[in-house]
Amino acid sequence: MSTTTQKSSITPGSILLYGSLFVLALLFLMPAYMAIVTALKDPANISLPTAWELPEKFNWQSFPQAFGLLKSNIASSLILTVCATALSTVLGSLNGYVFSKWKFKGSELIFTLFLFGMFIPYQVILIPLFQTLRAMNLYGGLPGLILAHVVYGLPITSLIFRNFYSQIPTALVESARLDGAGFFSIYTKIVFPLSIPGFVVTSLWQVTQIWNEFLWGICLTRHEDNPITVGLAQLAGGQAVSWNLPMAGSMMAALPVLMIYIFLGRYFIRGLLAGSVKE
Amino acid sequence: MREASRDRLKAFLTLLPSIILIAVFVYGFIGNTIWISMTDWGGSGALAFDPQKNFIGLDNYVDLFNGFLSAGFRQDLVNAVYYSLMLLAGAIGLGMFIAILLDQKPKGEDVLRTIFLYPMSLSFIVSGTIWRWLLAPQGGVNVLPTYLGFDALDFQWTSSTKAILEFNWQNILQILIYIAAFILILVGLFLLKGDPQKAVKRWLGPGVVIGAFAWLGGSLLPKTLFMEEMHGFNLATLGIIIATVWQYAGYTMALYLAGFNGISQDLRDAAMLDGASSTNYYRYVAIPMLKPITISAVIILSHISLKMFDIIFAMTGPDNAQTGHPALNMYMTTFRANDFARGAAIAIVLFLVAGTFIVPYVIGQYKQRRRG
Repeated sequence: MSTTTQKSSITPGSILLYGSLFVLALLFLMPAYMAIVTALKDPANISLPTAWELPEKFNWQSFPQAFGLLKSNIASSLILTVCATALSTVLGSLNGYVFSKWKFKGSELIFTLFLFGMFIPYQVILIPLFQTLRAMNLYGGLPGLILAHVVYGLPITSLIFRNFYSQIPTALVESARLDGAGFFSIYTKIVFPLSIPGFVVTSLWQVTQIWNEFLWGICLTRHEDNPITVGLAQLAGGQAVSWNLPMAGSMMAALPVLMIYIFLGRYFIRGLLAGSVKE
Repeated sequence: MREASRDRLKAFLTLLPSIILIAVFVYGFIGNTIWISMTDWGGSGALAFDPQKNFIGLDNYVDLFNGFLSAGFRQDLVNAVYYSLMLLAGAIGLGMFIAILLDQKPKGEDVLRTIFLYPMSLSFIVSGTIWRWLLAPQGGVNVLPTYLGFDALDFQWTSSTKAILEFNWQNILQILIYIAAFILILVGLFLLKGDPQKAVKRWLGPGVVIGAFAWLGGSLLPKTLFMEEMHGFNLATLGIIIATVWQYAGYTMALYLAGFNGISQDLRDAAMLDGASSTNYYRYVAIPMLKPITISAVIILSHISLKMFDIIFAMTGPDNAQTGHPALNMYMTTFRANDFARGAAIAIVLFLVAGTFIVPYVIGQYKQRRRG
């Protein structure tokens, strides 16, 4: 059986397989190619009919220029992403611990009610959220946005940790309990040290979501605290800007998550799969 | 024993802040939005700290569905349906196809997987910005054929005003009944093999009856509008659909690939020994086994398509007419026009649409956990 797969390198089937994969890969890479090529062109040489052609001379200036325009947005996004991710993963870890190892009457129902929060279209809570943040004096700045990301991140972070902790044998927790360990000491001594992969998966998921989020960014922050997605949308929507800047800006906005994806792909995909509520 | 009960209390207290936050920020806020949608909150004083709100019942909803000035919302709603269907069909079809290709373990599988999945890591604003440039009328995708010696395309990707499959909104009731009948008959035909009696009684019969009713008594049904109003599948939305399929096909690919890997090699060998071809293996063994994955993909993608806001904003700007979506309309109505009550009503319509498939799914998950 295995000899056929190893020996027969060229069959009509394999030509078809590799051919389709090659074409599909080209299609999937097309936008990335276009972004890079356009970002490297001199604004004067960007024209629609020649959009696909390589630049005659590389113009690296687009990157520092776009960075200058998006600097404050990138700073906001960094602060936002780090704070909101840290808070929501820690809370999610504690919740997941309770949901999987300290089940009580009705805890499954509460968990289900949490899950539902993951699927609502966020438009349905936007107006009261806006009002509440205004009443709390948190509208316009980063703290309000962080709060929103932490609260609405709770369902997914609790879910991922709950599924992760259910793999830790309950016997381990039981025996620690017999040895006199309490709720928090079981967490700090047994569960937490085992949860590094859980933290990696959950934070990668949260970083991706928070860095890429747009709706709250545009509705809940003032200009000076706009995250990168809002900054990029404004840059790309400007009339006088030529296309090299938005393309360079897009690449910068994509870079952090893209790096995570390329270097920590395994965890990234695990996060994706965990987000699909498979149990 | 006292120790144990104190631990239980600690566990509950740990969860309590999150319970309160979710209760207020999810359920309280949804209730608040429902209330707002039944008021007349809006206009010049809308942003005052204590704005005037008067209860007006369901007027906002009635107006959205048959008010003279809300044709834009109705087109957005029709668009949303097409966006969802096309994203589902495109991303699941293409994702499954790529997963089957990669399941043959070609050389360079890792690199290929990386290429197919990278769009998923981008934000909609980034991909929208790039795709807007790719779909520019005189450039990008339209000039690609010239490199192969053909004429350039002149398709107006995001600004075409053509629509196909048009229908009259006046008859929306009749159309909805037709759709319901169609679904019932379809389910009935599917179940016909397993339990013919139940299939005919529960699905086929009712489907035929209400279908016949809509056909024969269609003219008796109340008209939604007093005049004709045509809506259809706007060709301008095609570009946005392509961009979203590009972005999410990799995601479904990852889901299916994980599923295919989970099927034991023994089962595959057994199917092959029984003389199943590759095509038959996927058709009759692998894909049916991955039904839970398909259901998750449908849930996640419908959720994404219902909040499609960023990518449309990035590709056609906020003031588009042809490519609108209720989620974008809600933002414009609420935060640009300060019409909070109408914005809330649009949000609730979106929520109800989302709820029709999320609620059964979440309840199903709950039952499964209780059993397991």
